[in-house]
Amino acid sequence: MKHSDNSDHGSELDPIEIRVRALESLLVEKKLVDRAALDVLVDYFENKVGPMNGAQVVARAWKDPNYKERLLKDGSGAIAELGFTGFQGEDLIVVENTPAVHNVVVCTLCSCYPWSVLGLPPAWYKSNAYRARVVIEPREVLKEFGLELHEDVEVKVWDSTSEIRYLVLPEAPQGAVDMGEDELAKVVTRNSMIGTAKVFLQTMEKE
Amino acid sequence: MMNGVHDMGGIQNMGPIELEDNEPVFHYEWEGRVFALNMATGPLRLWNLDMKRQATESMQPPERYLGASYYERWLESLIKLFKERGVITEEELVTGKIKLKEITEMPSAASPDEVLALMGKGRSARVKTNIKPRFKVGDKIVTRNINIPTHTRLPRYVRGKCGRIERDHGVFIFPDTHSQNWEQSPQHVYVVSFTARELWGPDASLRDKVLVDLWDSYMDII
Repeated sequence: MKHSDNSDHGSELDPIEIRVRALESLLVEKKLVDRAALDVLVDYFENKVGPMNGAQVVARAWKDPNYKERLLKDGSGAIAELGFTGFQGEDLIVVENTPAVHNVVVCTLCSCYPWSVLGLPPAWYKSNAYRARVVIEPREVLKEFGLELHEDVEVKVWDSTSEIRYLVLPEAPQGAVDMGEDELAKVVTRNSMIGTAKVFLQTMEKE
Repeated sequence: MMNGVHDMGGIQNMGPIELEDNEPVFHYEWEGRVFALNMATGPLRLWNLDMKRQATESMQPPERYLGASYYERWLESLIKLFKERGVITEEELVTGKIKLKEITEMPSAASPDEVLALMGKGRSARVKTNIKPRFKVGDKIVTRNINIPTHTRLPRYVRGKCGRIERDHGVFIFPDTHSQNWEQSPQHVYVVSFTARELWGPDASLRDKVLVDLWDSYMDII
Protein backbone atom coordinates (compact mmCIF):
# COMPACT_ATOMS: atom_id res chain seq x y z
CA MET A 1 0.00 0.00 0.00
CA LYS A 2 2.96 2.28 0.52
CA HIS A 3 3.16 2.57 -3.24
CA SER A 4 -0.07 4.49 -3.36
CA ASP A 5 0.32 6.90 -0.51
CA ASN A 6 0.99 9.87 -2.72
CA SER A 7 -2.59 11.08 -2.87
CA ASP A 8 -1.39 14.61 -2.05
CA HIS A 9 0.04 14.91 -5.51
CA GLY A 10 -3.29 15.37 -7.21
CA SER A 11 -3.36 13.97 -10.70
CA GLU A 12 0.04 12.32 -10.49
CA LEU A 13 -0.39 8.61 -11.08
CA ASP A 14 1.33 6.08 -8.93
CA PRO A 15 3.59 3.60 -10.82
CA ILE A 16 1.41 0.68 -9.78
CA GLU A 17 -1.70 2.46 -10.98
CA ILE A 18 -0.05 3.05 -14.34
CA ARG A 19 0.89 -0.62 -14.54
CA VAL A 20 -2.64 -1.78 -13.72
CA ARG A 21 -4.15 0.53 -16.32
CA ALA A 22 -1.62 -0.63 -18.89
CA LEU A 23 -2.45 -4.28 -18.20
CA GLU A 24 -6.19 -3.66 -18.36
CA SER A 25 -5.89 -1.78 -21.64
CA LEU A 26 -3.70 -4.46 -23.20
CA LEU A 27 -6.05 -7.27 -22.20
CA VAL A 28 -9.09 -5.36 -23.42
CA GLU A 29 -7.38 -4.62 -26.70
CA LYS A 30 -6.44 -8.27 -27.08
CA LYS A 31 -10.09 -9.14 -26.42
CA LEU A 32 -9.28 -11.24 -23.36
CA VAL A 33 -11.12 -8.97 -20.97
CA ASP A 34 -14.46 -7.21 -21.20
CA ARG A 35 -14.32 -3.93 -19.26
CA ALA A 36 -17.98 -4.24 -18.32
CA ALA A 37 -17.19 -7.57 -16.67
CA LEU A 38 -14.55 -5.84 -14.53
CA ASP A 39 -17.07 -3.23 -13.45
CA VAL A 40 -19.65 -5.81 -12.38
CA LEU A 41 -17.00 -7.75 -10.48
CA VAL A 42 -15.91 -4.71 -8.48
CA ASP A 43 -19.55 -3.83 -7.80
CA TYR A 44 -20.36 -7.41 -6.75
CA PHE A 45 -17.61 -7.51 -4.14
CA GLU A 46 -18.10 -3.92 -2.96
CA ASN A 47 -21.88 -4.12 -2.63
CA LYS A 48 -23.41 -7.56 -3.07
CA VAL A 49 -21.42 -9.88 -0.83
CA GLY A 50 -19.94 -9.15 2.57
CA PRO A 51 -20.18 -9.96 6.26
CA MET A 52 -23.90 -9.11 6.20
CA ASN A 53 -24.41 -12.47 4.47
CA GLY A 54 -22.61 -14.43 7.16
CA ALA A 55 -24.37 -12.40 9.84
CA GLN A 56 -27.75 -13.62 8.57
CA VAL A 57 -26.53 -17.20 8.72
CA VAL A 58 -25.33 -16.74 12.29
CA ALA A 59 -28.53 -15.02 13.41
CA ARG A 60 -30.65 -17.79 11.89
CA ALA A 61 -28.55 -20.42 13.67
CA TRP A 62 -29.01 -18.61 16.99
CA LYS A 63 -32.78 -18.50 16.60
CA ASP A 64 -33.47 -21.83 14.94
CA PRO A 65 -31.91 -24.94 16.54
CA ASN A 66 -32.83 -27.12 13.58
CA TYR A 67 -31.11 -24.75 11.20
CA LYS A 68 -28.06 -24.69 13.47
CA GLU A 69 -27.92 -28.46 13.41
CA ARG A 70 -28.03 -28.51 9.61
CA LEU A 71 -25.45 -25.72 9.46
CA LEU A 72 -22.92 -27.56 11.59
CA LYS A 73 -23.53 -30.77 9.66
CA ASP A 74 -23.50 -29.36 6.14
CA GLY A 75 -22.24 -25.78 6.07
CA SER A 76 -22.51 -25.05 2.34
CA GLY A 77 -25.92 -26.73 2.11
CA ALA A 78 -27.47 -24.83 5.01
CA ILE A 79 -25.93 -21.55 3.87
CA ALA A 80 -27.33 -22.08 0.37
CA GLU A 81 -30.80 -22.23 1.96
CA LEU A 82 -30.40 -18.50 2.65
CA GLY A 83 -29.32 -17.91 -0.93
CA PHE A 84 -25.61 -17.51 -0.30
CA THR A 85 -23.58 -19.59 -2.72
CA GLY A 86 -20.64 -18.97 -4.95
CA PHE A 87 -16.97 -18.44 -5.40
CA GLN A 88 -14.77 -19.30 -2.41
CA GLY A 89 -17.75 -20.73 -0.57
CA GLU A 90 -18.36 -23.90 -2.57
CA ASP A 91 -17.32 -26.20 0.24
CA LEU A 92 -17.89 -24.51 3.54
CA ILE A 93 -17.66 -25.80 7.06
CA VAL A 94 -19.05 -23.98 10.06
CA VAL A 95 -17.31 -24.40 13.42
CA GLU A 96 -19.06 -23.45 16.63
CA ASN A 97 -17.62 -21.38 19.43
CA THR A 98 -18.78 -22.40 22.90
CA PRO A 99 -17.77 -21.43 26.43
CA ALA A 100 -15.23 -24.28 26.27
CA VAL A 101 -13.90 -24.04 22.70
CA HIS A 102 -12.82 -20.99 20.73
CA ASN A 103 -12.22 -21.39 16.98
CA VAL A 104 -10.23 -18.95 14.88
CA VAL A 105 -9.48 -19.15 11.14
CA VAL A 106 -6.36 -18.29 9.14
CA CYS A 107 -4.70 -19.18 5.85
CA THR A 108 -0.96 -19.27 6.50
CA LEU A 109 -0.03 -20.01 2.86
CA CYS A 110 -2.04 -17.30 1.09
CA SER A 111 -5.24 -15.73 2.37
CA CYS A 112 -8.08 -18.16 1.70
CA TYR A 113 -11.35 -16.79 3.04
CA PRO A 114 -15.06 -17.63 2.68
CA TRP A 115 -15.97 -14.92 0.16
CA SER A 116 -19.58 -16.04 -0.31
CA VAL A 117 -20.45 -15.29 3.31
CA LEU A 118 -17.86 -12.69 4.36
CA GLY A 119 -16.87 -10.95 1.14
CA LEU A 120 -13.20 -10.16 0.58
CA PRO A 121 -10.83 -10.38 3.55
CA PRO A 122 -9.72 -7.34 5.56
CA ALA A 123 -6.08 -6.25 5.31
CA TRP A 124 -5.16 -7.66 8.71
CA TYR A 125 -6.31 -11.16 7.67
CA LYS A 126 -3.96 -10.97 4.68
CA SER A 127 -1.08 -9.50 6.67
CA ASN A 128 2.20 -11.32 7.15
CA ALA A 129 1.84 -10.81 10.92
CA TYR A 130 -1.53 -12.56 11.24
CA ARG A 131 -0.62 -15.41 8.87
CA ALA A 132 2.64 -16.05 10.68
CA ARG A 133 1.63 -15.58 14.28
CA VAL A 134 -1.87 -16.89 14.89
CA VAL A 135 -0.88 -20.56 14.59
CA ILE A 136 2.00 -20.28 17.07
CA GLU A 137 0.66 -17.70 19.54
CA PRO A 138 -3.11 -17.52 19.04
CA ARG A 139 -3.82 -16.18 22.51
CA GLU A 140 -1.39 -13.28 22.11
CA VAL A 141 -2.83 -12.47 18.69
CA LEU A 142 -6.40 -12.55 20.03
CA LYS A 143 -5.36 -10.18 22.83
CA GLU A 144 -4.39 -7.66 20.16
CA PHE A 145 -8.00 -7.85 19.01
CA GLY A 146 -9.10 -7.20 22.58
CA LEU A 147 -10.10 -10.79 23.20
CA GLU A 148 -8.58 -12.39 26.26
CA LEU A 149 -9.45 -16.06 26.69
CA HIS A 150 -9.33 -17.96 29.94
CA GLU A 151 -6.65 -20.64 30.01
CA ASP A 152 -9.35 -23.31 30.42
CA VAL A 153 -10.78 -22.46 27.01
CA GLU A 154 -9.43 -24.63 24.22
CA VAL A 155 -8.24 -22.59 21.26
CA LYS A 156 -8.55 -24.25 17.87
CA VAL A 157 -6.78 -22.54 15.00
CA TRP A 158 -8.02 -23.63 11.56
CA ASP A 159 -5.42 -23.21 8.81
CA SER A 160 -7.35 -23.19 5.50
CA THR A 161 -4.77 -24.97 3.41
CA SER A 162 -7.29 -26.68 1.10
CA GLU A 163 -10.33 -25.52 -0.89
CA ILE A 164 -12.55 -25.94 2.15
CA ARG A 165 -13.54 -22.61 3.66
CA TYR A 166 -14.32 -22.09 7.34
CA LEU A 167 -16.85 -19.85 9.03
CA VAL A 168 -17.01 -19.44 12.80
CA LEU A 169 -20.41 -19.53 14.47
CA PRO A 170 -19.84 -17.19 17.41
CA GLU A 171 -21.52 -17.66 20.78
CA ALA A 172 -24.88 -15.93 21.01
CA PRO A 173 -24.61 -12.86 23.22
CA GLN A 174 -26.52 -12.49 26.49
CA GLY A 175 -29.98 -11.24 25.66
CA ALA A 176 -30.15 -12.81 22.21
CA VAL A 177 -33.26 -14.79 23.14
CA ASP A 178 -35.27 -11.56 23.38
CA MET A 179 -34.26 -10.34 19.96
CA GLY A 180 -35.45 -11.01 16.44
CA GLU A 181 -33.30 -12.55 13.75
CA ASP A 182 -32.89 -9.35 11.75
CA GLU A 183 -31.98 -7.41 14.84
CA LEU A 184 -29.42 -10.03 15.80
CA ALA A 185 -27.88 -10.09 12.34
CA LYS A 186 -27.00 -6.41 12.83
CA VAL A 187 -24.79 -7.13 15.84
CA VAL A 188 -22.82 -10.01 14.30
CA THR A 189 -19.44 -8.65 13.30
CA ARG A 190 -17.10 -9.87 10.61
CA ASN A 191 -14.32 -10.53 13.12
CA SER A 192 -16.62 -12.69 15.24
CA MET A 193 -17.14 -14.94 12.20
CA ILE A 194 -13.37 -15.26 11.68
CA GLY A 195 -12.93 -15.94 15.37
CA THR A 196 -10.98 -12.87 16.45
CA ALA A 197 -13.89 -11.35 18.39
CA LYS A 198 -16.97 -12.24 20.38
CA VAL A 199 -20.39 -10.76 19.81
CA PHE A 200 -21.71 -8.31 22.38
CA LEU A 201 -24.99 -6.44 22.33
CA GLN A 202 -23.82 -3.36 24.23
CA THR A 203 -20.59 -2.39 22.57
CA MET A 204 -20.68 -2.91 18.84
CA GLU A 205 -17.11 -3.19 17.72
CA LYS A 206 -15.93 -1.05 14.94
CA GLU A 207 -14.43 -2.90 12.02
CA MET B 1 7.10 -22.98 -4.16
CA MET B 2 7.45 -25.26 -1.26
CA ASN B 3 9.84 -23.70 1.26
CA GLY B 4 9.05 -20.17 0.17
CA VAL B 5 8.58 -17.00 2.16
CA HIS B 6 4.81 -17.30 1.63
CA ASP B 7 4.83 -20.32 3.99
CA MET B 8 4.59 -18.10 7.03
CA GLY B 9 3.00 -20.21 9.74
CA GLY B 10 5.05 -19.99 12.92
CA ILE B 11 7.37 -17.12 11.99
CA GLN B 12 7.90 -14.85 14.98
CA ASN B 13 8.89 -11.21 15.24
CA MET B 14 6.39 -10.21 12.54
CA GLY B 15 5.11 -7.20 14.45
CA PRO B 16 1.61 -6.36 15.71
CA ILE B 17 -1.62 -7.05 13.84
CA GLU B 18 -2.63 -3.72 12.36
CA LEU B 19 -6.36 -3.14 12.62
CA GLU B 20 -8.28 -0.57 10.66
CA ASP B 21 -11.71 0.78 11.52
CA ASN B 22 -14.37 0.90 8.81
CA GLU B 23 -12.08 -0.66 6.28
CA PRO B 24 -13.16 -0.33 2.63
CA VAL B 25 -13.29 -3.44 0.43
CA PHE B 26 -10.63 -1.91 -1.81
CA HIS B 27 -8.29 0.78 -0.48
CA TYR B 28 -7.49 2.10 -3.93
CA GLU B 29 -9.32 1.91 -7.21
CA TRP B 30 -6.46 -0.08 -8.76
CA GLU B 31 -6.90 -2.83 -6.18
CA GLY B 32 -10.45 -3.39 -7.37
CA ARG B 33 -9.25 -3.48 -10.98
CA VAL B 34 -6.50 -6.00 -10.15
CA PHE B 35 -8.97 -8.16 -8.29
CA ALA B 36 -11.47 -8.01 -11.15
CA LEU B 37 -8.78 -8.69 -13.77
CA ASN B 38 -7.86 -11.84 -11.88
CA MET B 39 -11.46 -13.00 -11.63
CA ALA B 40 -12.34 -12.12 -15.21
CA THR B 41 -9.34 -13.92 -16.69
CA GLY B 42 -9.76 -17.09 -14.64
CA PRO B 43 -12.48 -18.44 -16.99
CA LEU B 44 -10.03 -18.21 -19.93
CA ARG B 45 -8.49 -21.35 -18.40
CA LEU B 46 -4.99 -20.34 -19.46
CA TRP B 47 -4.01 -21.49 -15.97
CA ASN B 48 -5.75 -22.85 -12.90
CA LEU B 49 -6.02 -21.61 -9.32
CA ASP B 50 -3.05 -23.68 -8.17
CA MET B 51 -0.89 -22.30 -10.98
CA LYS B 52 -2.00 -18.82 -9.97
CA ARG B 53 -1.05 -19.48 -6.36
CA GLN B 54 2.33 -20.82 -7.43
CA ALA B 55 2.95 -17.71 -9.55
CA THR B 56 2.06 -15.49 -6.57
CA GLU B 57 4.20 -17.25 -4.00
CA SER B 58 7.24 -17.46 -6.28
CA MET B 59 7.39 -13.67 -6.70
CA GLN B 60 10.98 -12.53 -7.22
CA PRO B 61 12.93 -11.48 -5.33
CA PRO B 62 11.39 -13.03 -2.19
CA GLU B 63 11.79 -9.83 -0.19
CA ARG B 64 9.46 -8.23 -2.68
CA TYR B 65 6.74 -10.75 -1.79
CA LEU B 66 7.19 -9.91 1.88
CA GLY B 67 6.93 -6.19 1.26
CA ALA B 68 4.14 -6.25 -1.30
CA SER B 69 0.48 -5.78 -0.53
CA TYR B 70 -1.97 -8.55 -1.36
CA TYR B 71 -3.21 -7.02 -4.61
CA GLU B 72 0.29 -6.08 -5.67
CA ARG B 73 1.17 -9.78 -5.43
CA TRP B 74 -1.94 -10.60 -7.43
CA LEU B 75 -1.02 -8.06 -10.09
CA GLU B 76 2.51 -9.31 -10.56
CA SER B 77 1.51 -12.98 -10.66
CA LEU B 78 -1.16 -12.19 -13.24
CA ILE B 79 1.37 -10.37 -15.42
CA LYS B 80 3.86 -13.19 -14.96
CA LEU B 81 1.35 -15.82 -16.11
CA PHE B 82 0.25 -13.80 -19.14
CA LYS B 83 3.90 -13.34 -20.09
CA GLU B 84 4.66 -17.04 -19.62
CA ARG B 85 1.71 -17.94 -21.84
CA GLY B 86 3.03 -15.60 -24.53
CA VAL B 87 0.01 -13.31 -24.32
CA ILE B 88 1.75 -10.08 -23.37
CA THR B 89 5.30 -8.74 -23.11
CA GLU B 90 6.91 -6.30 -20.71
CA GLU B 91 7.51 -3.99 -23.66
CA GLU B 92 3.80 -3.96 -24.46
CA LEU B 93 3.03 -3.13 -20.84
CA VAL B 94 5.49 -0.27 -20.76
CA THR B 95 4.72 1.22 -24.17
CA GLY B 96 1.03 0.33 -24.36
CA LYS B 97 1.58 -0.71 -27.97
CA ILE B 98 0.68 -4.20 -29.09
CA LYS B 99 3.65 -6.04 -30.57
CA LEU B 100 2.67 -9.68 -30.32
CA LYS B 101 0.63 -10.98 -33.19
CA GLU B 102 -2.91 -11.80 -32.30
CA ILE B 103 -3.22 -15.31 -31.05
CA THR B 104 -6.19 -16.68 -32.91
CA GLU B 105 -6.93 -19.70 -30.75
CA MET B 106 -7.29 -17.61 -27.61
CA PRO B 107 -10.58 -18.00 -25.75
CA SER B 108 -12.78 -14.94 -25.78
CA ALA B 109 -13.33 -12.56 -22.88
CA ALA B 110 -15.82 -13.55 -20.22
CA SER B 111 -18.96 -11.41 -20.41
CA PRO B 112 -20.46 -9.61 -17.40
CA ASP B 113 -23.18 -12.27 -17.23
CA GLU B 114 -20.63 -15.07 -17.35
CA VAL B 115 -18.50 -13.66 -14.54
CA LEU B 116 -21.55 -12.97 -12.39
CA ALA B 117 -22.79 -16.50 -12.94
CA LEU B 118 -19.38 -17.85 -11.95
CA MET B 119 -19.27 -15.70 -8.81
CA GLY B 120 -22.76 -16.84 -7.85
CA LYS B 121 -22.23 -20.49 -8.55
CA GLY B 122 -18.56 -20.96 -7.81
CA ARG B 123 -16.28 -23.73 -9.00
CA SER B 124 -15.73 -26.48 -6.50
CA ALA B 125 -12.40 -28.30 -6.43
CA ARG B 126 -14.26 -31.39 -5.24
CA VAL B 127 -13.90 -34.33 -7.61
CA LYS B 128 -16.86 -36.64 -8.01
CA THR B 129 -15.15 -39.95 -8.10
CA ASN B 130 -14.89 -42.92 -5.81
CA ILE B 131 -11.45 -43.20 -4.32
CA LYS B 132 -10.64 -45.20 -1.26
CA PRO B 133 -9.46 -43.01 1.62
CA ARG B 134 -6.08 -43.92 3.08
CA PHE B 135 -7.22 -42.85 6.54
CA LYS B 136 -10.28 -42.85 8.73
CA VAL B 137 -11.40 -40.55 11.51
CA GLY B 138 -9.42 -41.22 14.67
CA ASP B 139 -6.30 -42.47 12.86
CA LYS B 140 -2.97 -41.26 14.20
CA ILE B 141 -0.77 -40.02 11.39
CA VAL B 142 2.64 -38.51 10.85
CA THR B 143 3.09 -35.93 8.14
CA ARG B 144 5.82 -36.52 5.61
CA ASN B 145 9.06 -34.61 5.78
CA ILE B 146 9.17 -33.63 2.12
CA ASN B 147 10.65 -30.61 0.39
CA ILE B 148 9.00 -30.46 -3.00
CA PRO B 149 10.61 -27.67 -5.04
CA THR B 150 7.30 -26.73 -6.65
CA HIS B 151 3.84 -25.84 -5.33
CA THR B 152 2.41 -27.64 -2.32
CA ARG B 153 -0.17 -27.04 0.39
CA LEU B 154 1.72 -28.86 3.13
CA PRO B 155 3.01 -26.04 5.34
CA ARG B 156 6.51 -26.37 6.78
CA TYR B 157 5.33 -26.05 10.36
CA VAL B 158 3.33 -29.29 10.18
CA ARG B 159 5.94 -31.48 8.46
CA GLY B 160 7.22 -34.51 10.32
CA LYS B 161 4.57 -33.99 13.01
CA CYS B 162 2.10 -36.39 14.57
CA GLY B 163 -1.57 -35.59 14.27
CA ARG B 164 -5.02 -37.13 14.31
CA ILE B 165 -7.55 -37.43 11.50
CA GLU B 166 -10.66 -35.51 12.61
CA ARG B 167 -12.79 -35.46 9.49
CA ASP B 168 -12.77 -36.70 5.92
CA HIS B 169 -13.73 -33.88 3.54
CA GLY B 170 -14.03 -36.18 0.54
CA VAL B 171 -12.09 -36.19 -2.71
CA PHE B 172 -10.43 -33.06 -4.11
CA ILE B 173 -7.98 -31.97 -6.78
CA PHE B 174 -4.37 -32.33 -5.61
CA PRO B 175 -2.66 -28.92 -5.89
CA ASP B 176 0.88 -30.29 -6.11
CA THR B 177 0.24 -31.88 -9.51
CA HIS B 178 -2.55 -29.58 -10.68
CA SER B 179 -0.21 -26.59 -10.34
CA GLN B 180 2.35 -28.26 -12.60
CA ASN B 181 0.48 -29.88 -15.46
CA TRP B 182 -3.29 -29.74 -14.82
CA GLU B 183 -3.14 -33.31 -13.51
CA GLN B 184 -5.93 -33.54 -10.92
CA SER B 185 -4.60 -36.64 -9.10
CA PRO B 186 -7.79 -36.64 -6.98
CA GLN B 187 -7.43 -37.78 -3.39
CA HIS B 188 -9.07 -37.41 -0.01
CA VAL B 189 -8.53 -34.30 2.06
CA TYR B 190 -8.87 -34.46 5.85
CA VAL B 191 -8.98 -32.18 8.82
CA VAL B 192 -5.89 -33.15 10.77
CA SER B 193 -5.43 -31.87 14.30
CA PHE B 194 -2.08 -31.21 15.89
CA THR B 195 -1.61 -30.29 19.52
CA ALA B 196 0.12 -26.97 20.10
CA ARG B 197 2.78 -28.88 22.04
CA GLU B 198 3.47 -31.24 19.14
CA LEU B 199 4.03 -28.26 16.85
CA TRP B 200 5.67 -25.75 19.16
CA GLY B 201 7.16 -27.68 22.05
CA PRO B 202 6.69 -27.90 25.81
CA ASP B 203 6.10 -24.19 26.39
CA ALA B 204 2.96 -24.19 24.26
CA SER B 205 -0.53 -24.43 25.71
CA LEU B 206 -1.60 -27.88 26.81
CA ARG B 207 -5.11 -27.33 25.47
CA ASP B 208 -4.70 -25.60 22.15
CA LYS B 209 -4.73 -27.22 18.75
CA VAL B 210 -4.05 -26.32 15.15
CA LEU B 211 -6.23 -27.96 12.50
CA VAL B 212 -4.92 -28.20 8.98
CA ASP B 213 -6.51 -29.61 5.82
CA LEU B 214 -4.17 -32.22 4.39
CA TRP B 215 -4.24 -34.54 1.39
CA ASP B 216 -3.74 -38.31 1.45
CA SER B 217 -0.21 -38.16 0.07
CA TYR B 218 1.06 -35.70 2.68
CA MET B 219 1.03 -38.26 5.49
CA ASP B 220 1.37 -41.83 6.72
CA ILE B 221 -0.29 -43.85 9.40
CA ILE B 222 1.62 -44.31 12.63
